[in-house]
Amino acid sequence: MAQQLLNIILFLPLVAALIMALFLRGDDEAARGNAKYLALFATIATFLASLFLLAEFDPSNPDFQFVTERDWILGLKWRLGVDGISILFVMLTTFLMPLVIWSAWDVTKRVKEYMIAFLILETLMIGVFCALDLVMFYLFFEAGLIPMFLIIGVWGGVNRIYAAFKFFLYTFLGSVLMLVAMIFMYMDAGTTCIGACGEGQVSLLTHTFSFEAFDLLGIHVVGGVQTLLFLAFFASFAVKMPMWPVHTWLPDAHVQAPTAGSVILAAVMLKMGGYGFLRFSLPMFPVASDLLAPLVYWMSAIAVVYTSLVALVQSDMKKLIAYSSVAHMGYVTMGIFAMNQQGVDGAIFQMISHGFISGALFLCVGVIYDRMHTREIDAYGGLVNRMPAYAMVFMFFTMANVGLPGTSGFVGEFLTIMGIYQVNTWIAFFAASGVIFSASYALWLYRRVVFGTLTKDSLKLITDMTAREKLIFAPLVAMTLFLGIYPSAVTDIIGPSVTHLIENYRAALPVLAEQAAMH
Amino acid sequence: MTAVDFNTVLPEVILALYAMAALMFGVYTGKDKVAVPLVWATAGLFVALALWIGLGGEGSRTAFHGMFNDDPFARFAKVTILVSSAAVLVMSQDYMQRYNMLRFEYPVIVTLAVTGMMMMVSAGDLMALYMGLELQSLALYVTAAMRRDSAKSSEAGLKYFVLGSLSSGMLLFGASLVYGFTGTTQFDGIFAALQADVSLGLLFGLVFMLAGLAFKISAAPFHMWTPDVYEGSPTPVTAFFATAPKVAAMALIARLAWDAFGSIPAQWGQVLAALSVLSMYLGAIAAIGQKDIKRLMAYSSIAHMGYALIGLAAATTGTADQAVQGVQAMLIYMVIYVTMGVGSFAFILGMERNGRPVTDIASLKMLSKTEPLKALALLMLFFSLAGVPPFIGFYAKFAVLKAAVDAGMVWLAVAGGIASVIGAFYYLRVVYFIYFGDTEDPAESRMSAVQWVLMMAVAAILVLGAINLFGIEEPALTAAKALVL
Repeated sequence: MAQQLLNIILFLPLVAALIMALFLRGDDEAARGNAKYLALFATIATFLASLFLLAEFDPSNPDFQFVTERDWILGLKWRLGVDGISILFVMLTTFLMPLVIWSAWDVTKRVKEYMIAFLILETLMIGVFCALDLVMFYLFFEAGLIPMFLIIGVWGGVNRIYAAFKFFLYTFLGSVLMLVAMIFMYMDAGTTCIGACGEGQVSLLTHTFSFEAFDLLGIHVVGGVQTLLFLAFFASFAVKMPMWPVHTWLPDAHVQAPTAGSVILAAVMLKMGGYGFLRFSLPMFPVASDLLAPLVYWMSAIAVVYTSLVALVQSDMKKLIAYSSVAHMGYVTMGIFAMNQQGVDGAIFQMISHGFISGALFLCVGVIYDRMHTREIDAYGGLVNRMPAYAMVFMFFTMANVGLPGTSGFVGEFLTIMGIYQVNTWIAFFAASGVIFSASYALWLYRRVVFGTLTKDSLKLITDMTAREKLIFAPLVAMTLFLGIYPSAVTDIIGPSVTHLIENYRAALPVLAEQAAMH
Repeated sequence: MTAVDFNTVLPEVILALYAMAALMFGVYTGKDKVAVPLVWATAGLFVALALWIGLGGEGSRTAFHGMFNDDPFARFAKVTILVSSAAVLVMSQDYMQRYNMLRFEYPVIVTLAVTGMMMMVSAGDLMALYMGLELQSLALYVTAAMRRDSAKSSEAGLKYFVLGSLSSGMLLFGASLVYGFTGTTQFDGIFAALQADVSLGLLFGLVFMLAGLAFKISAAPFHMWTPDVYEGSPTPVTAFFATAPKVAAMALIARLAWDAFGSIPAQWGQVLAALSVLSMYLGAIAAIGQKDIKRLMAYSSIAHMGYALIGLAAATTGTADQAVQGVQAMLIYMVIYVTMGVGSFAFILGMERNGRPVTDIASLKMLSKTEPLKALALLMLFFSLAGVPPFIGFYAKFAVLKAAVDAGMVWLAVAGGIASVIGAFYYLRVVYFIYFGDTEDPAESRMSAVQWVLMMAVAAILVLGAINLFGIEEPALTAAKALVL
């Protein structure tokens, strides 16, 4: 049972999607209800199964656990497993899915297909975080584009087609370079296995890729093959993350996507980029990571400051939150490449916490969008008069987004800034100033939407949150508070794996430097 | 001796006899009135033969002094050809009947073409090769022009015939050079002669033969006929062109390359690699501007042939094991390609507006609203054709790319990867019409039960194939071993 747990978690949503596709007929009220309930039950069951996973997980062991392996096609192996770094992303996904499904309760357009798309997406997202084989990772990473492409393109807003194509082609182009790098890695290491490959087998995590400098088309490539591989992976993960300056697809995609799509995009799919850095870039190309870390720092610092300023002038609520996401992901990338315990811990923490907070913020926008069908900030004002509960919830997540102590947003930002401070004080300075910017755009947004007197006629009859909406926010509020007050819940789980990662990274550098000196 | 020989070619003999008997039967009974039962009988015979060949055959044997091979490689190709031809036949019956072009000759001609293809994949001699190829080609020329009252169809038939004859001429010229320099038409004789000495004239012969065969698989730069013929021919015939003959010609190239020229793989390997790269890029780029789905499928098939050729080209540089892997990858690719072809054409056959068949891509607009299930299946088909995981099209591409990397031809794999991204764009464009377009003047989709079943079956295969590829790896490996080792 424990052995098959990952397979069960992975396939449960897929099986539900298949059942829905094959056996649910018709488009009347009953059929829609069936689809919604089936999706909700399937995602809740997946979440419960993943709770077992968490309970059985041994945090003190930095290796991969729950490894399942079997022969697959074309000489490939079906290999799944989680370690301290990936398990929380799996949990994040399974935790958010039921809420997302429930939040989409009012969708009336092709409900069955909508649910199927989300269930398939869940399988693919979990697969990304569990895959222990390069090809499997690529498969899940790429395939996730299809449902999201359709979710934006079919259920999105007015300009959805432009956004869907931009989203697809941007990410697809990024991953082609990754595919080429993967082919090369397979050739160089002779295996596609990432970790837990069995006794005496080579794994990509232990294989050392050459870092001898060479000339390519007249350019002296320091760090050699590793640098090229790093850049190829970087192209994919930086787009996914997204990092400045390849973030421009995100505001479009977010604005046009339906609420549930935005939530999943912000809360989980962006994290695939950060996860990719931790799983591939750092451990497999340490020399190149070390070389190019300053580049990443500056890109992150620009992301934090620049996109915060851009967020300040947005007139569309979703766009504002999307830019805020880019800024927050800037902390993640700088934390990861600070390569110390606080930095990496903080980056993972920030990703998890951003999953709850940004998801909740998009849901907040969704609540009033469902009522007024506009995302323009100017169309609102004085909502507190008629929607006190909503004002509370929105206030809470605005504060969490700003990084108020006591919420999970604070811990992530604090740890990453602490981590980066040890490496580069200037970057830490910019990162800290980003906190102030984020306070200004988030609080200003809140003031314009919620405070003031309710003067607009269109808002006179707006109703407060329904019980369903309140219940959707409850777990998110609870998690944000819980992680803010008791951050060890996360750091205890990720700690050993992160320590292991950093030790390997540090160990690789001097040895590699020595070898380089000998050549 | 002769009895054994005939025993070996029994499937082909049965098919040839059946074709003649069916022709007589049709002429002396109801003519076109018996066309429907004939179609089904022919398809049934194909499937029965495929079962017999696939389950019954064992080992390798030759007949007629090495002119005809019966080995796992030939059997693998034959089963693929027979099954896909049967599928195409049964799904075209309804279409041809509806548009009043079902003639009883159609199944007979298809049977003859299939007989030719089976000869091709079994050829062990330049004469047998040419015989098979011409039997197939002549039958195909006729089917292209089958719609007698349509200028487009006649034009397609004529174009195909003229260019096809030219390519046959080149092939024949190459074959005569090879014969002149080795003194034999037998593949093993050529193989032996090449071990002694490789003369320039012989290489000329080799290149001419490859050019002739590249025409048959429509690899760039010998692809010019493909879009026009695909567009002009009646859709069922296009479906047929896109599937079985491609398998036969691809298998024939592999057969000729290994059995006759196996000792100089470096010579033809580079030709195939060049054909492969050209086809992939031409197919991917030229398809972008297409407005007709049949032309799109033509360019798509050109690109797919390029990928299949990667497998063959990769088989030339490495060790014997890597060669086996390359050929195996090519075979897997062809099977998956044919499967996807059957599925997509099952849908294309059903497209119509105001009772007339249409093939413009714009008529797919908002298919998802009127036909959600078919739209979903078509979406899967096109993503699979683009090679997006998790559909089997991805594993096909993966197999050939992996073979190329293993054989050290990384540049070819990289080129293939980039071409697949360019190609993804036009497949995505079709998806765009299906799901996002606006609803002006949409086409109807009137599929017969058979077409519907085939399309849905293919869609299911696309997904379920990810589990174990339905076990085709093992037979493909046996087939590749039989050819290479």
